[in-house]
Amino acid sequence: MSVGREYVLLLAPKVLSTRRRGAAGRGRWGRAVMVLGVGAAAWPFIYVTLTRLLRVLREVEEVGPLLASKLLALGLLVFLGILLLSNLIAALSSFFLSKDLPWIRAAPVDWLSVYLSRLTETLVSSSWMVLLMLVPMLAAYATVYRGGWEFVALSVAAVVPFLVIPAAVGSAITLLLVRLFPARRSRDILGIIAVAAVGLVVLLLRVLRPERLVNPESYRNLVDFMAALRGPSSPWLPSQWGADVLAGFLQGGLDPFLLILLWTTAAGTVTVGAVLHHTLYASCFTKAQEGNENRIRRHAGWVWLERAVSRISLQRQQLVLKDVRIFFRDTTQWSQLIILGVLVVVYVYNMRVLPLASGEMITRYLITLVVFLNLALSGFVLAAIAARFVFPALSLEGQTLWLLRSAPLDAGTLIGAKYWVGAVPLTALAILLTGVTNHLLGVPAALAILSLVSTVALSLAFTAQALAWGVYYPEFESENAAQIPTSIGGLLFMLGAVINLGIVLAVQVFILRGFLASGLPGREPRDPWLWEVGLALAATLLCCTAAAVFPYQAAVRRLEELEA
Amino acid sequence: MIVLENLTKRYGAFTAVSGLDLEIGESQIFGLLGPNGAGKTTTLRMIAGILRPDAGRVIVAGHDNVLDPMEARRSLGFVPDRPFVYDKLTGAELLRFSAGLFGLRGPAVENRIDELLELWDLVPWKDQLVESYSHGMRQKLIISSALIHRPRVLVVDEPMVGLDPRSAWLLKDVLRTFADGGGTVLVSTHTLELAESLCDRLAVIDRGKVVASGSIDDLRRAARSEAAGLEEIFLKITRGATDSTIARVVGQ
Repeated sequence: MSVGREYVLLLAPKVLSTRRRGAAGRGRWGRAVMVLGVGAAAWPFIYVTLTRLLRVLREVEEVGPLLASKLLALGLLVFLGILLLSNLIAALSSFFLSKDLPWIRAAPVDWLSVYLSRLTETLVSSSWMVLLMLVPMLAAYATVYRGGWEFVALSVAAVVPFLVIPAAVGSAITLLLVRLFPARRSRDILGIIAVAAVGLVVLLLRVLRPERLVNPESYRNLVDFMAALRGPSSPWLPSQWGADVLAGFLQGGLDPFLLILLWTTAAGTVTVGAVLHHTLYASCFTKAQEGNENRIRRHAGWVWLERAVSRISLQRQQLVLKDVRIFFRDTTQWSQLIILGVLVVVYVYNMRVLPLASGEMITRYLITLVVFLNLALSGFVLAAIAARFVFPALSLEGQTLWLLRSAPLDAGTLIGAKYWVGAVPLTALAILLTGVTNHLLGVPAALAILSLVSTVALSLAFTAQALAWGVYYPEFESENAAQIPTSIGGLLFMLGAVINLGIVLAVQVFILRGFLASGLPGREPRDPWLWEVGLALAATLLCCTAAAVFPYQAAVRRLEELEA
Repeated sequence: MIVLENLTKRYGAFTAVSGLDLEIGESQIFGLLGPNGAGKTTTLRMIAGILRPDAGRVIVAGHDNVLDPMEARRSLGFVPDRPFVYDKLTGAELLRFSAGLFGLRGPAVENRIDELLELWDLVPWKDQLVESYSHGMRQKLIISSALIHRPRVLVVDEPMVGLDPRSAWLLKDVLRTFADGGGTVLVSTHTLELAESLCDRLAVIDRGKVVASGSIDDLRRAARSEAAGLEEIFLKITRGATDSTIARVVGQ
């Protein structure tokens, strides 16, 4: 059989499974509505915001077009970082951990078709999100600069190699990492990736300092500023070539050499990747199967955790320890944690560099607005994290639920353990997000306490709600924890959580309306009165307690009836 | 020790178990036989409290497992047909977890873990993640988990799958010793040799109903094959495929 036919044959099960997962099953409508809903909200948001910004920039002589291309280069650079990271993680799974690999390795299949099919799988699973974000972004550029169909064709020609390069590089790096770490040490590999990813993001932010582009005063003079804008930030990276090709075309100066450079680099990386695969894959795959390093040693962290939970009931203690152990030993959860860590770093960094904190530009009204915006954003982030990590808690028991159901364990104990395993880290994250950002913004004490208590109360309520929806809509058949939140239950949880967040915000704004109005121009500014903050706190706690207690009780009742 | 009264379970329009009555006493190994899809696993999962019956009762060691589920479960050890356990726990952690579910901890549990792992030659694997265990090793670990709290009743679904001959022999010995000590064993199996050599009484179920039960001699009489082995009796009772059908399907 030719390599081409083998390649198609090897990809066929993946394509069929994906199609069937999308077309059938209980979560079909949930997923469809969620994808459409998120698409309907995110695409117009990105497109409209960017179109407006680009229109404003277009009117600015000299600097405007430069800023527009700089913005594109920056966007593509961020995407390149995300792509490299997600390809590294996806390649580990598709080349070394996938369950069908022993079967494929035992079949008389050409090595090149195995490499190309697994590379395609890695590329698709890592790149689809970035591609979805790129579409409205490039559409905004096409609209403002009247790119036409030629720009669409050029975008496809530039984006394809832009996606292929990090996939080939990521797969090759993963191969080398597996080569370096004998046996099944995927946790070590992901640990390195995690540190590298967070380090990369921090480094990018430190080196690029994107906030300086909107703050020309930080340059010594206009010539320096213009020089910084004209010069490529990263001339050796495909993101810069892609940005130069696309922005160059829109601004009347297409450089075909850069397009050729993109394609030849893509071909080069795939070729090098194929050579490495041909040379090293067999021995790396064998090492990855050895599994000799699965011996678990008790280290200080576990001893501390065991001590921390020693006061709770024995059953609950064992359930908590089991869930925490499984979570930290499961590499599929790690990739999500890495992304979460990066997001938190970026979020806190953005708050730190907001011009609000720089002194003279600050207004009390603006700070108050940012406090509420911060609460809304952190609330949404916490809801999304609860959807990802708490909602699947029961579903992940799946085929092992027999062990719990055949033991003398009541539903309340199980739900209680799952609740605290989710609530403690979520609350810690809530305190970190709100506490640190409020401190960086210099928020007055009364408002800082209000927003801190609100995020903590919301995180406790979200945990109960995520757990309840997860018990009502379990996905026991799902093998991938990341897919579980896209089910109908996950969608319903997110809707409920957003409504909960909206009610809390609305109640607080209503109670504090007098104080908020005092910050408007022409009014006498004042601090919030103590009774106002106290009432807002009490209302928030009441609302969140109700939003936690009822779902929690419903989860216990439902679990008692559940069969598995 | 185990009493099933008119036990019924439906999945939508399909009746998996229909009005099952059984009584299994102390010091007895009872075998449940039947073709695939006969309702054996559903019956065992109802006894273990994993599935709720639509009608009828399950009494385990004197406790109704719907009205008094905690006490019923405390007396019971369950071994499922497929050895799904937490891959990311070590063998010792899994057994410690299982003991914790039954409210047990401390040095007595650690000693019990050691003696169970020693019984199955799993001591070198004690601190290895379960994901590195073979199918047979997982099976041994689950049997250990079912025995950790010294139950009075053992419900075992397909115990021999994946076990090597030495372990299979050991398991038979373990079950016999358990029953001789006053325990009750209910075992569902396709391994007729196991059923014939181990079980004191047997029941054959088909389409959710008991079609024959009693000692092996009772089954012989039911199948009207006085000198037959259990395999022949089973095929007669459950009407297996005819030779001509087999020849037609797999013949060269």
